[in-house]
Amino acid sequence: MTAKVTFNTDRCKGCELCTTVCPKHIVVIDTTVINRKGYHPATVSDISQCIACASCAKICPDSIITVEKF
Amino acid sequence: MAVVYEKTKGLTDVELHYCPGCNHGIIQKLVAEVLEEMGMLDTAIAVCPVGCSVFAYKYFSVDTLQAAHGRAPAVATGIKRCRPTQPVFTYQGDGDLASIGTGEIVHAAMRGEKFTTIFINNAIYGMTGGQMAPTTLIGQKTTTSQGGRTAEQAGMPIRMAEMLATLDGCVYAERVCVADIPNINKAKRAIKKAFEKQMNNEGFTFIEVLSTCPTNWGMTPIQAVQWMKDNMIPYYPLGVIKEKAMEV
Repeated sequence: MTAKVTFNTDRCKGCELCTTVCPKHIVVIDTTVINRKGYHPATVSDISQCIACASCAKICPDSIITVEKF
Repeated sequence: MAVVYEKTKGLTDVELHYCPGCNHGIIQKLVAEVLEEMGMLDTAIAVCPVGCSVFAYKYFSVDTLQAAHGRAPAVATGIKRCRPTQPVFTYQGDGDLASIGTGEIVHAAMRGEKFTTIFINNAIYGMTGGQMAPTTLIGQKTTTSQGGRTAEQAGMPIRMAEMLATLDGCVYAERVCVADIPNINKAKRAIKKAFEKQMNNEGFTFIEVLSTCPTNWGMTPIQAVQWMKDNMIPYYPLGVIKEKAMEV
């Protein structure tokens, strides 16, 4: 299965809640980037492992994550 | 390509003003998803409180009204009585509902007003700067209980769901939290059930959601979730507090 996870990065507040619920531990905070709000945004480290469970999207308080699968 | 999950149409595109990791965003999203799934976005009417969630009227894409502090149940009573076929809900924090608005919520529940209240309990006053709330736990440090809350001085924390469950007009009271995915799913089911009971004209429905306040608790969002699990859930047990069977 191929999955696609899209983050509305500009709106991420770097709260890290999404990183705690990923069963594959592939949602991480990208410390190399600072977004417009001044936070390190969340991203996916290895999309090939994603199972499109949408746990990260469900817990995101700011609803910035969209999950698709092919 | 199939979309597995995207932002619900029940929320507007306005950016939330909440602090990073604040559970308000998750809870409002669940309410909005339930309204969308039940096809009530065109008919639902929300009554927003005073507190951190004061701006919720900008976030829900339904008709909303902003009530005076604690008075959301009184306003919702008026709306529901004028529009008895439309879903009406209040969204209130613990300072709003359990402190200044205690009278309004108790009497709305007593009268069995047919609206739903979503009560956010994070054991502190968030917007005003982290003062002690009626729901603050014993020993919890806030700006007005710097040595920790004591029962001698402030009494024991109030359990609103249990208290309202004693009233005959309250047909459904459940306490949930949004700490992880299983609990988020349970919380959404509880909110949906409350709206279903409301639309069946069964009576007053009450969902208490345990929440976090990372900023005023002085923790990271992840630490705050753990603190909530370790400290709040033992005192505020999760589950259905009351479910009255519908009279046939």
